Amino acid sequence: MASQNLQPVPEALSPEDQERAAQLEAEGQAYFDRVMSDDSRIEPKDWMPAAYRKTLLRQISQHAHSEIIGMQPEANWISRAPSLKRKAILMAKVQDEAGHGLYLYSAAETLGQSRDKMMDDLIAGKARYSSIFNYPALTWADMGAIGWLVDGAAICNQVPLCRASFGPYGRAMVRICKEESFHQRQGFEILLELSNGTPAQKQMAQDAVNRWYAPALMMFGPPDDDSPNSKQSMAWNIKRFSNDELRSRFVGMMVEQVRVLGLTLPDSEVRFNEETKKWEHGPLDWEEFKEVLAGRGPCNAQRLERRREAHDDGAWVRVAAAAYAEKQLAKQARKHAEKEYAA
Amino acid sequence: MNPNDEVSTSSTSVWPLWEVFVRSSRGLSHVHAGSLHAPDAAMALRNARDLYTRRNEGVSIWVVPADAIAASDPDAKGSFFESPQGKDYRHATYYTKSEGVKHL
Repeated sequence: MASQNLQPVPEALSPEDQERAAQLEAEGQAYFDRVMSDDSRIEPKDWMPAAYRKTLLRQISQHAHSEIIGMQPEANWISRAPSLKRKAILMAKVQDEAGHGLYLYSAAETLGQSRDKMMDDLIAGKARYSSIFNYPALTWADMGAIGWLVDGAAICNQVPLCRASFGPYGRAMVRICKEESFHQRQGFEILLELSNGTPAQKQMAQDAVNRWYAPALMMFGPPDDDSPNSKQSMAWNIKRFSNDELRSRFVGMMVEQVRVLGLTLPDSEVRFNEETKKWEHGPLDWEEFKEVLAGRGPCNAQRLERRREAHDDGAWVRVAAAAYAEKQLAKQARKHAEKEYAA
Repeated sequence: MNPNDEVSTSSTSVWPLWEVFVRSSRGLSHVHAGSLHAPDAAMALRNARDLYTRRNEGVSIWVVPADAIAASDPDAKGSFFESPQGKDYRHATYYTKSEGVKHL
């Protein structure tokens, strides 16, 4: 169940109460540690360390924001999709992303954060979301590259999250992963069709892959030696594999798939390291990553502005729905009172 | 009524939380699918349809106000569920002497 109360610690405690609180804390920690070592799940009403709650809240809300902002690059192409079929597919995909955002907001709410607060933080530019959505989608082929590379990287990242130690997060991820596989396949199909089309179409597909490749690899986050939170998240069974491990796996999958597409990856240093048994790739521009994350990417301002607009445009709907609900409630109360009176 | 009052009640923060239960096909029970915010039951049902059954996942939906659900206390895990502990004889597997006997 989603409702959950944070337990504020009263300021002035008597020595007995302090002792009791310390004891509860110790019991809670012992229970939590047991759950972790059993690789079991923590549910919203269980005791959990404050830092665990905070980490999850940050990760899940950022994940939710990413889904919501992630609707934009593709929504921009709905009106320009080349056929009715592609339009319908794109709309279904964008609708899924809205749904994924809502599943994740629900999961975050179970940690004691109100949805309004999360929405407000996003609109105020206080919240982070995946840097990938701050890159522009320039051509129709970008719809293919986003589906294949961006959703592909997201799936690679999200499948292990289905086993995250926090129950509501894992359950949301299961639902999301089921739906994401269509996203990646439809992207692959767009690229395949373009690749088998005219030389200009094939060039357009290659150009989109060239532009999305590096940002997609950076979706896995900074290299392991520069990712301070990863270790703790892995100890808490939230993360199951390190950023570099997942990135390497992803590169391996792409190497195979790009051949089927008849395209190439814009990376001459991709190779399989026989010693480590891992795929390696060329250097990534982590300075660019930090810049985009800090709000200075090509589309950050535009994405937030659009989100604000959508929120404001929807205000009258929220007002009307709330007014209608209130009216219905009053009507019901009146009917009920009349019945009581008649009886 | 002051028009500002109306606006102040319009925020989604006053929209209650609903728990959504979906029956995936006839003959099965409704199973918890997730939760959502909505101003009333009718809107909650419509939102639940759009959010949790985009791929024919259900033939019936229940929505329940989250605060109408009474839940067992998580801190009382041990004592609340103590009664079945040590009562293995409530399971068929407890009775081993009949092993090998057909249709039993």
